[in-house]
Amino acid sequence: MDQEYQATVKKLVEEHGADNLMMIIGAPDVEGAELVAETVTEGDPSYAGPLAGVSLGLPVYHVLEPAIRAEISEDLYKEHLEMMAMVIDPQELETALSKYRKKS
Amino acid sequence: MTGPKVVIKQAAYILAHVPDLVRYGSKPEREIAAGRTELAELEKHLRSFDDAVAYPPNQVFIGNISPDDYADLQEPWHENLLRDKARYGPFGEIMPQDELYGIMKIWDQFDLIDLSPSFTSALNEQLAAHPLITAKDRERLGEGTPQEKIEKKVEKEKSLPLFHRGKLVGCINRAHDNDATLTAHVMLENLLTKVTGILVTRHLVRNASIEPEKIDYLLSCSEEAVGDRYNRGGGNMAKAIGEEAHCVNASGCDVKSFCAGTVLAIIHGAALISAGLFNEVIVVGGGSFSKIGMKFQGHMKHNMPILEDVLGGIAILLSTDDGASPVVNLASTGKHDISAGATAQAIYDALVIDPLQKLEMKITDVDKFAVELHNPEVTLPMGSGNVPLTNYKTIAAMAAMRGEIGREELSEFIRLRGMPGFSPTQGHIASAVPYLGHSLKLIADGKINNTLFAAKGSLFLGRMTHLADGVSFLLEKNSGKD
Amino acid sequence: MLNGVKVIAYGERDGIQGPSIAACLEAAGADVIYQVTECFV
Repeated sequence: MDQEYQATVKKLVEEHGADNLMMIIGAPDVEGAELVAETVTEGDPSYAGPLAGVSLGLPVYHVLEPAIRAEISEDLYKEHLEMMAMVIDPQELETALSKYRKKS
Repeated sequence: MTGPKVVIKQAAYILAHVPDLVRYGSKPEREIAAGRTELAELEKHLRSFDDAVAYPPNQVFIGNISPDDYADLQEPWHENLLRDKARYGPFGEIMPQDELYGIMKIWDQFDLIDLSPSFTSALNEQLAAHPLITAKDRERLGEGTPQEKIEKKVEKEKSLPLFHRGKLVGCINRAHDNDATLTAHVMLENLLTKVTGILVTRHLVRNASIEPEKIDYLLSCSEEAVGDRYNRGGGNMAKAIGEEAHCVNASGCDVKSFCAGTVLAIIHGAALISAGLFNEVIVVGGGSFSKIGMKFQGHMKHNMPILEDVLGGIAILLSTDDGASPVVNLASTGKHDISAGATAQAIYDALVIDPLQKLEMKITDVDKFAVELHNPEVTLPMGSGNVPLTNYKTIAAMAAMRGEIGREELSEFIRLRGMPGFSPTQGHIASAVPYLGHSLKLIADGKINNTLFAAKGSLFLGRMTHLADGVSFLLEKNSGKD
Repeated sequence: MLNGVKVIAYGERDGIQGPSIAACLEAAGADVIYQVTECFV
């Protein structure tokens, strides 16, 4: 996750608090999604960015995960998400990201 | 409703190896300045020129290996080097850093480059063996600038030192004392774009056996911003390149849309020819220096060489119909409209489905799809994904949703109609067009009938709009003179 | 789950872009306080 965006997320959490805030991501693969989740829950794994050693504890979901999908209307799902759900396996995303949410 | 046929006669590709410039790439420079990366540590991860030449993706780029053979090679590529491969290939070459400094000096018209006398004289000898650098070019190397003077410029005049194999051999100077758009760093970016553009254009003209005087127009799709403080990004890199490539009867201009620029410029060039304005148009893209070393942290973390150490250059010759060369199908090109939306579905509808439908073709009627061909070995270590694979998965998903292939045929579709990425990660260089040279050859040899070239541009990075861009065209076998 | 929740929409160009995430979530009652689309290449 780019360092400029790490700084932005950090600022947003400081401003709004982590209690009623979550991050919803749209990464094109599971590995990329995991990296973002790791960065904003446990801190920057490369120890280089503003989130190095900072544990924001922000819950992270991928927009294709079943829990989020359940809240999105059929029309919007078809228009925005359906095709990418064939490219990235929503179940795999859930398995990968739920690990980090348990820690958040 | 289209005019006469337009063909692509030739495509040329070059790489320039710049290990000692990695430190000035946007990302490495910021990391070093912030003290988060030690320059000495970074230097331990730089590759030799021989390793850059033997690196399989680079060999695919200059045409010594076909994408099909590449798909069968052992990975990781950086550990399975091809020592028998040469710096020259059918599409162009991989130029070493010292020669690149040489052409920066030769094609610098504003005393921007100083090189030391000993480096200059060695270079003069070395460049005499280069097939595209003339004796007249080499005269412009001059005698060199005394080392003390170079050191003084670096120390007192904000010049940027140029190193070769760790030794100070010259400097690049600012073009104005007090203009943020003409600093030494900006001049480095712009001059590198220009010289890689000239070099690849000279390769193109030679490979196509055309006199440069016959070229009518050049379109540059390079991603730099040439100008001064009153005209930042003012542009026309095209004419600057054409001048030194001896295209004396040509004019030109720039066509930009982030990574989509090159495919867009091809369509513009083809339209100008089809409309009868010009006969011979060159589309040229020089290297994008700011991307050098962009993902170096991922490479260092995985104990790999820093793979973003080459600048790319690409040039394409568009012409009126010769009855033989592959045709740019202007009856239907893809464009991503402002109202189309940012979804993958909307983008691929615009770039793949809509244009094919107009031609009454199915997705499976396309033999090869050329998408953004970024080398995944560069992007994966930084967690940036395998860009071409994601693109191919999306096109395959689209074919499955439309019932053209079964859901169990996705991987076969990708294997057959896609390819692994092999391009340096400089957006306009990587977007679809690295396959063009291979496609021209495969179509000529009767191995494939067509290729769909699709490129996307991340307009939102400039913070003027949340929109993205996309553009595509179909290249087809020539059915003979109309 | 999303109704009234503040959301950072972090899209990616080759996956799902920021505006798409925002459109889906806002319709579900979330308050999108920031949206961006990353491009790594």
